[in-house]
Parts: sequence; structure tokens; C-alpha cells
Amino acid sequence: MHIPDGFISAPVATTGIVVAAGCVAYAVKATNKKMGEKQIPLMGVLAAFIFAAQMLNFPIAGGTSGHLIGAALAAILLGPWAGILIMTCVLAVQCLVFQDGGLFALGANIFNMGIVASFVGYYVYRVSALFGGQKRRTLIGGGLAAWSSVVIASIACALELAISGTVPLGVALPAMVGVHALIGIGEGVITAAVLSLIMATRADLLELQKA
Amino acid sequence: MKFKWWYGVLILALFLALLSPLASSSPDGLERVAEDKGFMETAREAVFEIIPDYVLPGVGNEAGATILAGIIGTVMLFGIGYGLAQLLKAKR
Repeated sequence: MHIPDGFISAPVATTGIVVAAGCVAYAVKATNKKMGEKQIPLMGVLAAFIFAAQMLNFPIAGGTSGHLIGAALAAILLGPWAGILIMTCVLAVQCLVFQDGGLFALGANIFNMGIVASFVGYYVYRVSALFGGQKRRTLIGGGLAAWSSVVIASIACALELAISGTVPLGVALPAMVGVHALIGIGEGVITAAVLSLIMATRADLLELQKA
Repeated sequence: MKFKWWYGVLILALFLALLSPLASSSPDGLERVAEDKGFMETAREAVFEIIPDYVLPGVGNEAGATILAGIIGTVMLFGIGYGLAQLLKAKR
């Protein structure tokens, strides 16, 4: 879902940069209060894992592919603000080094796949945690959180395209949501699989957010 | 040196980078919509290029160039994520 330059207008791109910069600045403040010994290597390996996993496009229907975003996973493990920081690192390197996502669209991409996806993933997981025991919450809640994060991020992207005058909202919204509802299933399966692997090996890492 | 849990995750991430040539090269969700709805040509070229399309320039073998690009990015992000977290903790 990386927006290249040209898809969004200068005002939309600029707004994205300003909003993303403000959120990242706040995320730095919010995260440094919570940073402990366990979180430091986890932030490093999560950023590395998300980058590598994002390279692995999986095919979905109709000659289309999708890949993990990873924001829901990061936000579930480390909270939404740390999730935003991790996604900002990943998206910035993808943009600056690998030319995936436009330079001027970086703010909008951080907004969609970092800010929106982290918050949606985090809160859907938190709400679903109220239902059922740890196993169900981790698998179903984590999967649902991941799916929602992709679909809501695609809605944000459709709105940006429409406001930019690139494509009417009535066209962009159903098309973006339709294809990302499918890609989101992949996100949900991968996220639930990683969470269940953590639950089996290092269940304490699932509790970092509670403290 | 004791084997720490997160070494395993880093090794897994590097293993995923090795698999990167197997990734689907079909357009992703946004690219599919852009093609179907006719706004793909509004995309502009990148202002500068370092490792465009996750293929390390100057490497003859495309699969090898993709794997190298993946390993470079994975190692970079581990360093940036770890360093940023360390910095945030030190700042407190």
C-alpha cells in the first residue's frame, strides 16, 4: 500500500508530513517512559522482521499480491506509540533506500501504515481481549486486529487519493477495501501465527503492555 | 555468550530475506487499484535511487541481488530499531 509520489496532491502530502511528524514526536515522548531492558532488543528484531516479511509478497486472487504491514503485531507487543516508531523506521528506510513509497508521500504512508494501522490493531486487540481466555484472545483477537488494521489503513489511503482528486471516492473506496479485505486475511494469519509462536515460547512478551 | 531469545528472531528475519526472490511479483493492492482505475500513470519516478525495487544494483544475478538487498535492509532496521530504543531509554 506504499503510495508513490504523484498519486496524492501536494496539500495532502504536506498534511501527511505534518501529522506524521507531530505523531512521531509525541511517540518518542510516550515511548521513552516505558522503555525497559526487554523492549530494546524487541524493537530491533521487530523492525528487522517486519522489513523482511514485507518483502515477501504473497499472491491473492486476480493477479494481485499483498504483503504484511506488521503494525498490528508491533502495537500488540509494544503498544501503539512504539508501533508507530517501528513502522516509521521501516517505512523511512523503504522510502529512502529502496524507493518503495514516494519521498513526498512518506508522511501519508506513515499515517496509513504506521499511525492508523498501529492504533486500529492495538485497540481491536485490547477490546477483543475482554472476550475469552488468553489463547482465544491471542489467536482470534490478534488475527482480527491485524485484518482490521489493513482494511482501515486502505480506507485512509482511498480518502487521500479521493481528496487529491486522483480518483473519485466512490471508485477508490470499494476497490481499495475490496482488495485489502483479502490481503488483510494474510496479515491476520501471519500475525496470529507469530503471536501463537510467542505464546508457546516467551508468553511473558505478550504481557509487556500490561505493566 | 548465552544465546538470547531475540537472536532467534533476528535469524528468522534474515532467513525470510533469503526467501525474498520467491515473493510474488504481481502488483500489490494499491497498484492493482491504480491499474484498474486508470491512475497508474500519475505515479512519478523517484527523485533519487539507491537500491530501487529491492534489487542491489551492479549484481548480475537478480535473485542474489534481491537477497543482498533484503539482508542489507534487515540488518539496517535491526540497528536502527535497537539503537533508537537504546537512545529512548538513555534519554529518560
